[in-house]
Amino acid sequence: MGLLALFRKTPSSANVAKERLRIIVAQERSARGGPDYLPLLRRELLEVIRRYVNVDPSSVQINLGREDGHEVLELSVALPQGRGAGPGG
Amino acid sequence: MAEIIVVTSGKGGVGKTTTSASLACGLAQRGKRVAVIDFDIGLRNLDLIMGCERRVVYDFVNVIQGDCTLRQALIKDKRIDTLCVLAASQTRDKDALSDAGVRRVLDELAADGFEYIICDSPAGIEKGAHLAMYFADRAVVVVNPEVSSVRDSDRILGLLASKTQRAERGNGAVKEHLLLTRYSPRRVASGEMMSVDDVREILGLDVVGVVPESPDVLSASNAGTPVILNGDSDVSGAYQDAVARLLGETVPMRFTQEPRKGFFARMFGG
Ligand SMILES: Nc1ncnc2c1ncn2[C@@H]1O[C@H](COP(=O)(O)OP(=O)(O)OP(=O)(O)O)[C@@H](O)[C@H]1O
Ligand SMILES: [Mg+2]
Repeated sequence: MGLLALFRKTPSSANVAKERLRIIVAQERSARGGPDYLPLLRRELLEVIRRYVNVDPSSVQINLGREDGHEVLELSVALPQGRGAGPGG
Repeated sequence: MAEIIVVTSGKGGVGKTTTSASLACGLAQRGKRVAVIDFDIGLRNLDLIMGCERRVVYDFVNVIQGDCTLRQALIKDKRIDTLCVLAASQTRDKDALSDAGVRRVLDELAADGFEYIICDSPAGIEKGAHLAMYFADRAVVVVNPEVSSVRDSDRILGLLASKTQRAERGNGAVKEHLLLTRYSPRRVASGEMMSVDDVREILGLDVVGVVPESPDVLSASNAGTPVILNGDSDVSGAYQDAVARLLGETVPMRFTQEPRKGFFARMFGG
Protein backbone atom coordinates (compact mmCIF):
# COMPACT_ATOMS: atom_id res chain seq x y z
CA MET A 1 0.00 0.00 0.00
CA GLY A 2 1.41 3.37 -0.96
CA LEU A 3 1.37 6.67 0.88
CA LEU A 4 -1.66 7.87 -1.02
CA ALA A 5 -3.68 4.94 0.30
CA LEU A 6 -3.23 6.28 3.83
CA PHE A 7 -5.23 9.35 2.92
CA ARG A 8 -7.98 7.45 1.23
CA LYS A 9 -11.20 8.12 3.09
CA THR A 10 -13.37 5.27 1.90
CA PRO A 11 -12.37 1.76 2.93
CA SER A 12 -10.88 -0.31 0.13
CA SER A 13 -13.27 -2.57 -1.72
CA ALA A 14 -11.39 -5.58 -0.35
CA ASN A 15 -12.16 -4.41 3.19
CA VAL A 16 -15.81 -3.96 2.33
CA ALA A 17 -15.88 -7.52 0.95
CA LYS A 18 -14.21 -8.86 4.06
CA GLU A 19 -16.65 -7.14 6.41
CA ARG A 20 -19.68 -8.32 4.46
CA LEU A 21 -18.39 -11.88 4.39
CA ARG A 22 -17.54 -11.86 8.06
CA ILE A 23 -21.15 -11.01 8.90
CA ILE A 24 -22.88 -13.33 6.45
CA VAL A 25 -20.61 -16.28 7.22
CA ALA A 26 -21.15 -15.85 10.96
CA GLN A 27 -24.90 -15.65 10.41
CA GLU A 28 -25.01 -18.72 8.16
CA ARG A 29 -22.79 -20.70 10.50
CA SER A 30 -24.99 -19.96 13.48
CA ALA A 31 -28.07 -21.09 11.57
CA ARG A 32 -26.30 -24.26 10.39
CA GLY A 33 -27.13 -27.36 12.34
CA GLY A 34 -29.60 -25.21 14.23
CA PRO A 35 -33.36 -25.60 13.92
CA ASP A 36 -34.86 -25.19 10.45
CA TYR A 37 -37.35 -22.62 11.73
CA LEU A 38 -34.72 -19.90 12.22
CA PRO A 39 -35.22 -18.17 8.84
CA LEU A 40 -39.02 -18.20 9.27
CA LEU A 41 -38.72 -16.99 12.85
CA ARG A 42 -36.53 -14.15 11.66
CA ARG A 43 -39.03 -13.18 8.98
CA GLU A 44 -42.00 -13.20 11.34
CA LEU A 45 -40.15 -11.27 14.03
CA LEU A 46 -39.22 -8.71 11.43
CA GLU A 47 -42.89 -8.35 10.49
CA VAL A 48 -43.93 -7.78 14.09
CA ILE A 49 -41.16 -5.27 14.73
CA ARG A 50 -42.04 -3.42 11.57
CA ARG A 51 -45.54 -2.81 12.89
CA TYR A 52 -43.95 -0.53 15.47
CA VAL A 53 -40.75 0.78 13.94
CA ASN A 54 -39.59 1.11 10.40
CA VAL A 55 -36.47 -1.04 10.46
CA ASP A 56 -34.47 -2.46 7.62
CA PRO A 57 -34.28 -6.30 7.34
CA SER A 58 -30.50 -6.13 7.76
CA SER A 59 -30.90 -4.48 11.19
CA VAL A 60 -32.41 -7.61 12.71
CA GLN A 61 -29.78 -10.14 13.73
CA ILE A 62 -30.60 -13.54 15.10
CA ASN A 63 -27.85 -15.68 16.46
CA LEU A 64 -27.98 -19.08 18.02
CA GLY A 65 -25.17 -19.61 20.48
CA ARG A 66 -24.24 -21.78 23.43
CA GLU A 67 -23.72 -20.68 26.99
CA ASP A 68 -23.18 -22.99 29.95
CA GLY A 69 -24.63 -25.91 28.04
CA HIS A 70 -27.79 -24.00 27.09
CA GLU A 71 -28.71 -22.90 23.64
CA VAL A 72 -29.20 -19.15 23.58
CA LEU A 73 -31.21 -17.37 20.95
CA GLU A 74 -29.87 -13.87 20.65
CA LEU A 75 -31.94 -11.20 18.96
CA SER A 76 -30.64 -7.75 18.26
CA VAL A 77 -32.51 -4.98 16.51
CA ALA A 78 -30.78 -1.77 15.52
CA LEU A 79 -33.41 0.98 15.76
CA PRO A 80 -33.31 3.78 13.22
CA GLN A 81 -31.91 7.20 14.16
CA GLY A 82 -34.35 9.76 15.54
CA ARG A 83 -37.86 9.40 16.91
CA GLY A 84 -41.00 8.98 14.96
CA ALA A 85 -39.43 6.74 12.38
CA GLY A 86 -42.99 5.47 12.10
CA PRO A 87 -44.27 2.06 11.25
CA GLY A 88 -43.12 0.49 8.06
CA GLY A 89 -45.23 -0.30 5.00
CA MET B 1 -3.86 -47.35 3.40
CA ALA B 2 -5.04 -44.99 0.71
CA GLU B 3 -5.75 -41.40 1.58
CA ILE B 4 -8.79 -39.97 -0.17
CA ILE B 5 -8.60 -36.25 -0.94
CA VAL B 6 -11.57 -34.37 -2.38
CA VAL B 7 -10.96 -31.17 -4.31
CA THR B 8 -14.14 -29.16 -3.90
CA SER B 9 -15.49 -25.59 -3.89
CA GLY B 10 -19.24 -25.16 -4.17
CA LYS B 11 -18.93 -22.42 -6.77
CA GLY B 12 -18.15 -23.45 -10.35
CA GLY B 13 -15.15 -22.49 -12.44
CA VAL B 14 -12.85 -21.59 -9.56
CA GLY B 15 -10.05 -24.02 -10.48
CA LYS B 16 -10.92 -27.46 -9.03
CA THR B 17 -9.96 -29.47 -12.10
CA THR B 18 -6.77 -27.45 -12.64
CA THR B 19 -5.91 -28.09 -8.99
CA SER B 20 -6.83 -31.80 -9.01
CA ALA B 21 -4.63 -32.44 -12.06
CA SER B 22 -1.66 -30.56 -10.62
CA LEU B 23 -1.85 -32.03 -7.11
CA ALA B 24 -2.18 -35.55 -8.56
CA CYS B 25 0.87 -35.01 -10.79
CA GLY B 26 2.86 -33.41 -7.99
CA LEU B 27 2.21 -36.29 -5.58
CA ALA B 28 3.01 -38.86 -8.29
CA GLN B 29 6.24 -37.03 -9.18
CA ARG B 30 7.31 -37.67 -5.63
CA GLY B 31 6.90 -41.38 -6.22
CA LYS B 32 3.45 -41.80 -4.66
CA ARG B 33 0.93 -44.04 -6.39
CA VAL B 34 -1.93 -41.72 -7.30
CA ALA B 35 -5.32 -42.12 -8.93
CA VAL B 36 -7.29 -39.02 -9.91
CA ILE B 37 -11.02 -39.42 -10.51
CA ASP B 38 -13.36 -37.09 -12.39
CA PHE B 39 -16.70 -36.95 -10.51
CA ASP B 40 -18.18 -34.41 -12.92
CA ILE B 41 -20.56 -36.86 -14.59
CA GLY B 42 -21.91 -35.50 -17.86
CA LEU B 43 -19.22 -32.81 -18.08
CA ARG B 44 -15.98 -34.76 -18.42
CA ASN B 45 -13.01 -32.37 -18.37
CA LEU B 46 -10.20 -33.79 -16.31
CA ASP B 47 -9.12 -36.00 -19.25
CA LEU B 48 -8.53 -32.88 -21.36
CA ILE B 49 -6.54 -31.11 -18.65
CA MET B 50 -4.48 -34.29 -18.15
CA GLY B 51 -4.06 -34.65 -21.92
CA CYS B 52 -5.42 -38.20 -22.11
CA GLU B 53 -8.81 -37.54 -23.76
CA ARG B 54 -8.10 -39.76 -26.76
CA ARG B 55 -7.25 -42.71 -24.57
CA VAL B 56 -10.58 -42.86 -22.73
CA VAL B 57 -12.25 -46.17 -23.59
CA TYR B 58 -14.14 -46.93 -20.39
CA ASP B 59 -15.13 -44.51 -17.65
CA PHE B 60 -16.12 -44.31 -13.98
CA VAL B 61 -19.78 -45.20 -14.65
CA ASN B 62 -18.77 -48.19 -16.82
CA VAL B 63 -16.80 -49.55 -13.87
CA ILE B 64 -19.68 -48.98 -11.45
CA GLN B 65 -22.16 -50.63 -13.79
CA GLY B 66 -19.86 -53.58 -14.36
CA ASP B 67 -19.28 -52.99 -18.10
CA CYS B 68 -15.54 -53.35 -17.53
CA THR B 69 -13.00 -53.90 -14.80
CA LEU B 70 -11.40 -51.04 -12.91
CA ARG B 71 -8.07 -51.94 -14.45
CA GLN B 72 -9.50 -51.57 -17.96
CA ALA B 73 -10.84 -48.11 -17.18
CA LEU B 74 -7.75 -46.69 -15.47
CA ILE B 75 -5.64 -44.62 -17.87
CA LYS B 76 -1.97 -44.73 -17.06
CA ASP B 77 -0.27 -41.36 -17.43
CA LYS B 78 2.40 -41.27 -20.16
CA ARG B 79 4.65 -38.87 -18.25
CA ILE B 80 4.58 -40.23 -14.69
CA ASP B 81 4.16 -43.96 -14.33
CA THR B 82 2.74 -43.95 -10.80
CA LEU B 83 -0.24 -41.85 -11.93
CA CYS B 84 -3.61 -43.04 -13.26
CA VAL B 85 -6.74 -41.20 -14.39
CA LEU B 86 -10.33 -42.41 -14.16
CA ALA B 87 -12.49 -40.37 -16.55
CA ALA B 88 -16.04 -39.21 -15.92
CA SER B 89 -18.83 -40.57 -18.01
CA GLN B 90 -20.59 -38.34 -20.53
CA THR B 91 -23.98 -39.82 -19.66
CA ARG B 92 -26.82 -37.46 -18.87
CA ASP B 93 -28.14 -39.85 -16.23
CA LYS B 94 -27.65 -38.01 -12.96
CA ASP B 95 -28.09 -41.17 -10.92
CA ALA B 96 -25.35 -43.10 -12.70
CA LEU B 97 -23.13 -42.81 -9.63
CA SER B 98 -24.29 -44.76 -6.62
CA ASP B 99 -23.06 -44.65 -3.09
CA ALA B 100 -22.22 -48.36 -3.09
CA GLY B 101 -20.61 -48.17 -6.53
CA VAL B 102 -18.30 -45.31 -5.56
CA ARG B 103 -17.37 -47.07 -2.35
CA ARG B 104 -16.50 -50.25 -4.26
CA VAL B 105 -14.23 -48.40 -6.72
CA LEU B 106 -12.43 -46.54 -3.92
CA ASP B 107 -11.94 -49.77 -1.97
CA GLU B 108 -10.59 -51.50 -5.05
CA LEU B 109 -8.13 -48.66 -5.73
CA ALA B 110 -6.92 -48.85 -2.14
CA ALA B 111 -6.55 -52.63 -2.35
CA ASP B 112 -4.59 -52.15 -5.55
CA GLY B 113 -1.99 -50.15 -3.62
CA PHE B 114 -2.87 -46.59 -4.58
CA GLU B 115 -1.64 -44.27 -1.84
CA TYR B 116 -3.59 -41.16 -2.82
CA ILE B 117 -6.98 -40.93 -4.47
CA ILE B 118 -7.84 -37.42 -5.65
CA CYS B 119 -11.54 -36.80 -6.27
CA ASP B 120 -12.24 -33.86 -8.61
CA SER B 121 -15.68 -32.67 -7.48
CA PRO B 122 -18.26 -31.06 -9.74
CA ALA B 123 -19.55 -27.61 -8.76
CA GLY B 124 -22.67 -27.23 -6.67
CA ILE B 125 -23.94 -29.24 -3.72
CA GLU B 126 -25.91 -31.91 -5.59
CA LYS B 127 -25.33 -35.64 -5.74
CA GLY B 128 -22.02 -35.59 -7.67
CA ALA B 129 -20.45 -33.13 -5.24
CA HIS B 130 -21.88 -35.09 -2.32
CA LEU B 131 -20.42 -38.41 -3.50
CA ALA B 132 -17.06 -36.81 -4.31
CA MET B 133 -16.70 -35.68 -0.69
CA TYR B 134 -18.54 -38.49 1.11
CA PHE B 135 -15.61 -40.89 1.55
CA ALA B 136 -12.88 -38.26 1.88
CA ASP B 137 -10.21 -38.19 4.57
CA ARG B 138 -9.11 -34.71 3.57
CA ALA B 139 -10.57 -31.86 1.58
CA VAL B 140 -8.81 -29.23 -0.47
CA VAL B 141 -11.31 -26.37 -0.64
CA VAL B 142 -10.53 -24.29 -3.71
CA VAL B 143 -11.42 -20.63 -3.30
CA ASN B 144 -11.04 -17.47 -5.37
CA PRO B 145 -10.56 -14.25 -3.39
CA GLU B 146 -14.03 -13.06 -4.23
CA VAL B 147 -17.26 -12.84 -2.18
CA SER B 148 -19.41 -15.55 -3.78
CA SER B 149 -16.61 -18.09 -3.90
CA VAL B 150 -15.77 -17.55 -0.22
CA ARG B 151 -19.39 -17.81 0.87
CA ASP B 152 -19.98 -20.98 -1.18
CA SER B 153 -16.86 -22.56 0.23
CA ASP B 154 -18.21 -21.99 3.71
CA ARG B 155 -21.34 -23.94 2.77
CA ILE B 156 -19.07 -26.74 1.61
CA LEU B 157 -17.28 -26.66 4.97
CA GLY B 158 -20.67 -27.14 6.60
CA LEU B 159 -21.33 -30.21 4.44
CA LEU B 160 -17.86 -31.64 5.07
CA ALA B 161 -18.59 -31.41 8.78
CA SER B 162 -21.97 -33.13 8.56
CA LYS B 163 -22.60 -35.04 5.33
CA THR B 164 -19.50 -37.23 5.07
CA GLN B 165 -18.83 -40.76 6.20
CA ARG B 166 -16.32 -39.51 8.76
CA ALA B 167 -18.87 -37.06 10.19
CA GLU B 168 -21.63 -39.67 10.26
CA ARG B 169 -19.51 -42.34 11.89
CA GLY B 170 -17.88 -39.86 14.23
CA ASN B 171 -14.41 -41.22 13.53
CA GLY B 172 -12.54 -37.93 13.23
CA ALA B 173 -13.39 -34.93 11.09
CA VAL B 174 -12.37 -34.58 7.47
CA LYS B 175 -9.15 -32.54 7.51
CA GLU B 176 -9.82 -29.33 5.62
CA HIS B 177 -7.31 -27.23 3.71
CA LEU B 178 -7.76 -23.90 1.96
CA LEU B 179 -6.27 -23.46 -1.50
CA LEU B 180 -6.61 -19.91 -2.70
CA THR B 181 -6.25 -19.54 -6.44
CA ARG B 182 -6.39 -16.87 -9.15
CA TYR B 183 -4.65 -14.65 -6.62
CA SER B 184 -3.34 -11.31 -7.76
CA PRO B 185 -0.77 -9.78 -5.36
CA ARG B 186 -0.94 -6.50 -7.29
CA ARG B 187 -4.69 -6.17 -6.78
CA VAL B 188 -4.36 -7.20 -3.14
CA ALA B 189 -1.75 -4.47 -2.65
CA SER B 190 -4.04 -1.86 -4.15
CA GLY B 191 -6.97 -2.93 -1.95
CA GLU B 192 -9.10 -4.33 -4.77
CA MET B 193 -8.82 -7.98 -3.73
CA MET B 194 -9.03 -9.75 -0.39
CA SER B 195 -5.70 -11.03 0.88
CA VAL B 196 -4.77 -14.57 1.94
CA ASP B 197 -5.04 -13.45 5.55
CA ASP B 198 -8.50 -11.99 4.99
CA VAL B 199 -9.83 -15.25 3.54
CA ARG B 200 -8.04 -17.38 6.11
CA GLU B 201 -9.57 -15.30 8.88
CA ILE B 202 -13.12 -15.46 7.48
CA LEU B 203 -13.07 -19.22 6.92
CA GLY B 204 -10.75 -20.19 9.75
CA LEU B 205 -8.84 -22.72 7.68
CA ASP B 206 -5.20 -23.56 7.30
CA VAL B 207 -3.77 -22.50 3.94
CA VAL B 208 -2.27 -25.31 1.88
CA GLY B 209 -1.46 -23.12 -1.09
CA VAL B 210 -1.83 -19.78 -2.83
CA VAL B 211 -1.79 -19.97 -6.60
CA PRO B 212 -1.38 -16.77 -8.59
CA GLU B 213 -3.58 -15.75 -11.48
CA SER B 214 -1.56 -16.53 -14.60
CA PRO B 215 -1.93 -16.97 -18.36
CA ASP B 216 0.20 -20.12 -17.98
CA VAL B 217 -2.90 -22.00 -16.78
CA LEU B 218 -4.65 -21.46 -20.09
CA SER B 219 -1.64 -22.42 -22.17
CA ALA B 220 -1.15 -25.57 -20.08
CA SER B 221 -4.77 -26.55 -20.60
CA ASN B 222 -4.46 -25.84 -24.33
CA ALA B 223 -1.56 -28.28 -24.43
CA GLY B 224 -3.10 -30.93 -22.17
CA THR B 225 -0.21 -30.64 -19.70
CA PRO B 226 -1.09 -30.14 -16.04
CA VAL B 227 0.33 -26.71 -15.22
CA ILE B 228 2.49 -28.05 -12.38
CA LEU B 229 4.65 -29.69 -15.06
CA ASN B 230 5.49 -26.29 -16.56
CA GLY B 231 8.52 -25.74 -14.36
CA ASP B 232 9.11 -22.15 -15.51
CA SER B 233 5.78 -20.95 -14.21
CA ASP B 234 5.03 -19.41 -10.80
CA VAL B 235 1.83 -21.48 -10.83
CA SER B 236 3.91 -24.63 -11.01
CA GLY B 237 5.97 -23.49 -8.02
CA ALA B 238 2.82 -22.67 -6.08
CA TYR B 239 1.34 -26.13 -6.72
CA GLN B 240 4.67 -27.81 -5.84
CA ASP B 241 4.55 -25.99 -2.51
CA ALA B 242 0.96 -27.10 -1.96
CA VAL B 243 1.97 -30.72 -2.58
CA ALA B 244 4.80 -30.36 -0.07
CA ARG B 245 2.38 -28.99 2.54
CA LEU B 246 -0.10 -31.80 1.88
CA LEU B 247 2.76 -34.17 2.66
CA GLY B 248 3.31 -32.37 5.95
CA GLU B 249 6.36 -30.31 5.00
CA THR B 250 6.65 -26.70 6.13
CA VAL B 251 7.44 -24.36 3.28
CA PRO B 252 7.27 -20.57 3.23
CA MET B 253 4.49 -18.95 1.24
CA ARG B 254 5.68 -17.67 -2.15
CA PHE B 255 3.98 -15.63 -4.91
CA THR B 256 1.79 -13.70 -2.47
CA GLN B 257 3.80 -10.49 -2.70
CA GLU B 258 4.14 -8.19 -5.64
CA PRO B 259 7.64 -8.15 -7.11
CA ARG B 260 9.47 -5.26 -5.43
CA LYS B 261 9.08 -1.91 -7.07
CA GLY B 262 11.34 1.13 -6.98
CA PHE B 263 11.21 3.76 -4.24
CA PHE B 264 8.96 6.16 -6.10
CA ALA B 265 6.41 3.56 -7.06
CA ARG B 266 6.28 2.28 -3.50
CA MET B 267 5.72 5.74 -2.03
CA PHE B 268 2.86 6.58 -4.28
CA GLY B 269 1.28 3.17 -4.65
CA GLY B 270 -0.49 2.11 -7.75
N1 LIG C 1 -4.40 -19.69 -11.46
C1 LIG C 1 -5.16 -19.43 -12.55
N2 LIG C 1 -4.88 -18.40 -13.36
C2 LIG C 1 -5.65 -18.15 -14.44
N3 LIG C 1 -6.68 -18.89 -14.84
C3 LIG C 1 -7.01 -19.96 -14.08
C4 LIG C 1 -6.27 -20.30 -12.90
N4 LIG C 1 -6.82 -21.41 -12.37
C5 LIG C 1 -7.85 -21.76 -13.17
N5 LIG C 1 -7.96 -20.90 -14.21
C6 LIG C 1 -8.95 -20.94 -15.29
O1 LIG C 1 -10.24 -20.96 -14.74
C7 LIG C 1 -11.11 -21.76 -15.53
C8 LIG C 1 -11.80 -22.80 -14.66
O2 LIG C 1 -10.83 -23.71 -14.18
P1 LIG C 1 -11.22 -25.22 -13.80
O3 LIG C 1 -11.83 -25.89 -14.95
O4 LIG C 1 -10.02 -25.82 -13.17
O5 LIG C 1 -12.33 -24.90 -12.70
P2 LIG C 1 -13.35 -25.92 -12.03
O6 LIG C 1 -13.54 -25.43 -10.65
O7 LIG C 1 -12.92 -27.32 -12.21
O8 LIG C 1 -14.67 -25.66 -12.90
P3 LIG C 1 -16.05 -26.53 -12.84
O9 LIG C 1 -16.76 -26.04 -11.62
O10 LIG C 1 -16.75 -26.16 -14.09
O11 LIG C 1 -15.66 -27.97 -12.75
C9 LIG C 1 -10.27 -22.36 -16.64
O12 LIG C 1 -10.45 -21.62 -17.80
C10 LIG C 1 -8.86 -22.22 -16.11
O13 LIG C 1 -7.94 -22.09 -17.17
MG1 LIG D 1 -13.97 -29.04 -12.99
